[in-house]
Amino acid sequence: MKKRKERIDRGIKARSSDIFALCSWKEMLYLSGPRLLPIIGFLLLPPFLGGYWQRVMLSVAVFALLAISWDILAQSGMVSLGQALFFGMGAYSAGVLNHYLGLSPFVTIPAAAILGALICTILLLPVLRLRGIYFSMVTLIIPIMLVRIIEASKIFGGTEGLSGLSSLPSRWVELYVAVIALLCALFGFRRMLASDFGLVLRGLNDSDRSVTNAGINIYRIKIQALLLSSAIGAFAGALMTHVYMFVGMPVFALDYSILPIAAAVVGGPGTLAGATLGACLLVPLSEVLRGIGGLRIVFYGLFLVIFIVALPEGIFHFIQRRYHQFDRWVEVDK
Amino acid sequence: MTVTSLLQVRDLSKAFGGVQALNLVNFDLEQGELLGVIGPNGSGKTTLVNLITGFVKCSRGTVNYKGRDITRWAPHRIVCLGIARTFQMVRPFYQLPAYKNMIIPLYSPRVKKLAGGRYGSRDAVALDLLEEVGFERDSHVAYKVASVLPQGYLKRLELAKAIALKPDLLILDELFSGLSLAEVASIVPIIEKLRQQGKTVIMIEHRLKELFRIADRVIVLNYGIKIADGVPSEVMESDDVKKAYLGTEV
Amino acid sequence: MFAGTVIYAVINSIILMLMALGFNLTFGISGIANFAYGALYIFSAYTSWILLHLLGLPYPLSVLLSILFTAFLGALMYRLVLLRVRGQVLSEVIATFGMGLAILELFRYLGFVGFEYTLPVFVDKSFFILGTFVDMQRIMIVLISTAIIAALWIFTHHTSLGLAFRGIAQDERTALTFGMDSDWIATLSVSLGAALAAVAATVIIPLGSISVGEGYDVLIKALAVCIIGGLGSTGGLVVAAFVIGFAERLTDTYIGSHWTMTVSLAAILIVLVVKPSGFFGKQKELEERI
Repeated sequence: MKKRKERIDRGIKARSSDIFALCSWKEMLYLSGPRLLPIIGFLLLPPFLGGYWQRVMLSVAVFALLAISWDILAQSGMVSLGQALFFGMGAYSAGVLNHYLGLSPFVTIPAAAILGALICTILLLPVLRLRGIYFSMVTLIIPIMLVRIIEASKIFGGTEGLSGLSSLPSRWVELYVAVIALLCALFGFRRMLASDFGLVLRGLNDSDRSVTNAGINIYRIKIQALLLSSAIGAFAGALMTHVYMFVGMPVFALDYSILPIAAAVVGGPGTLAGATLGACLLVPLSEVLRGIGGLRIVFYGLFLVIFIVALPEGIFHFIQRRYHQFDRWVEVDK
Repeated sequence: MTVTSLLQVRDLSKAFGGVQALNLVNFDLEQGELLGVIGPNGSGKTTLVNLITGFVKCSRGTVNYKGRDITRWAPHRIVCLGIARTFQMVRPFYQLPAYKNMIIPLYSPRVKKLAGGRYGSRDAVALDLLEEVGFERDSHVAYKVASVLPQGYLKRLELAKAIALKPDLLILDELFSGLSLAEVASIVPIIEKLRQQGKTVIMIEHRLKELFRIADRVIVLNYGIKIADGVPSEVMESDDVKKAYLGTEV
Repeated sequence: MFAGTVIYAVINSIILMLMALGFNLTFGISGIANFAYGALYIFSAYTSWILLHLLGLPYPLSVLLSILFTAFLGALMYRLVLLRVRGQVLSEVIATFGMGLAILELFRYLGFVGFEYTLPVFVDKSFFILGTFVDMQRIMIVLISTAIIAALWIFTHHTSLGLAFRGIAQDERTALTFGMDSDWIATLSVSLGAALAAVAATVIIPLGSISVGEGYDVLIKALAVCIIGGLGSTGGLVVAAFVIGFAERLTDTYIGSHWTMTVSLAAILIVLVVKPSGFFGKQKELEERI
């Protein structure tokens, strides 16, 4: 008797894919559970963590935001190798606004998100018309060049940076602003990607000729995606400026470019939830592995390679599949 | 200069490196006509379409549509003006279901403008359009992912995507290629209906028999030059055309 | 003094050109942007050092072996990793980037940091040309680079393998129908690119010391030259290298050495705005891809 493996939806998935899901608590929990988990986790966990782990959670939120930003761009066909550019631009915008104009963090952070987004988009405008590879190359180069330029021209504090910047009212405010921003970004942009606009973005990745043929100006769409992504990254940078009360050349460090990509690739590119999951896994992991120093970046590199080649859908898709479907052996029909 | 024709192509030329793909092609197109463009492989038919629709910049010449010079326009603007085309090598969005493929053209500014601003669900419109081109509603084939659809359906999807843009001029690049006689026979009525609605159509084809039944006029290209222009029966009698297709032996 | 500046500008340009050659070659033939390029460069330098100082092999042998090992590493990269993600740009970029990262940071972790990591110059001599001292190493760089460019030109124009490379570069599909094995050629292209990186490292590293940061720098410079010159075009690469080389050197002499990066970045942005595909680039935006 020959058998084959069959993969089918779980009963509860079938039952809950219609309005009848509202009939039973079990079905409602099945649907809402995965969504409530991060919300409850992020919102309720902080009081139970010590000061150190609260910092880690803040880090998770920041890198998750950067990873989400990367993911949105990647889905539109633009692979950014320089998330540090968005982060650093936002960080410096906030720092400069705070240092030279004395604006409060509650003003500088949103302003820096917008300002950073505008500057990054304008810088990257020329490459949008070219093949995707140019985008990757230029996003890699610009942060590193900016570091040298700041070093050379000594503007905005040069190598010393700007210190003594205002901080946010309390640790709790810092953490919860980050966490709430993350949750808004996660659910908000998932919604966006599922909408018609998101469909056009994903179509852009697939075949930009077809999108042009549909009468859509693909450059305008790309600019919109870039503005959104860079705003997220700039927000993260601006926030961290006020957490550290300092901004300097390290904001353009390679770490801010690499870890988000690793998080998104490991967690699962294409679903912003995967990027968040990846950040939740990799950031604490890198904290724990702090002892081995530079070796962590070696691991990020290896993770990137292994996941992109062997497990391109990432962990999130795997979990999602197991949640919704199961495998079983059935007899081969004669 | 009085402008009566819908589309006027003058001295259109394109050179790719050393190869002259199109050389001083001239023709007019009247509103409501169905113009066939035929010629042996490599004669420049697709290049002609690419030049008219702006996907490729021409080396020389002008294209006038409804009195406006659209020679240097960007492709998406030309689409928004009312010219829609299909591609010879169909390229749907493979990971999306057929009806989701339609969302992208329905998202275009032209559709939004013609509908007077935001309207209801694009999904419903997509399903209706697909039904018009032959995606049977009860078989739910419109919900299938594009990567599993056979060529016949993919061609129809391509046609539907062009129709969704409510064009005044529809350019079909080898729509019939790869289809069986039955499939062609089922698509022809759709094109007829479009003509009844007043649309103008250009069809590039290799399947001459099917084309000649519906075309008002035909132009023939060979090595980038227009060698004939007239009603189908005349064109097929021409010695030049016979020589182009069959070689020097007639 | 001006003559001195010009001479050093020429040498600087040729160094840049040499750095970018391997990357450009790989991309030109198989369309793969090898972001592990800088890592391969440094890998070859450290390998030479290890063979020379830890195994005590003679210098020429160390260098030769290092070039071979690097070429082999390049081939391995393709066969093990890139082969599986061929054609998906996102994956190729991330995979090469990840590999480069892993290699560079591994060297840093293993402690290969410090001024003792240097490679000796070939011949320790200096010449007095047009009023400035120019050392033998730099002259060798000029000679070797010219030889390589000439050899590459002959190879791609007059040997069947070279012509196969150009065929694949121009139209992969058609080349495939002629029986060219695109995977094998891609392996060769990555391998050759790696070998060129190794050669570049061999002649350039003796001017300073080996450092991991240099790996990132080389990648950046290669990218900058290729962007300005146009990806895939050797002629553009030469011109771009000279433009950047002269701009950097003149900035260094007349304005201040810290501003050289600004000039390079400005050059990139200007080129991208004015002629996006680079000086002699073959990209024509959408047109390319119909």
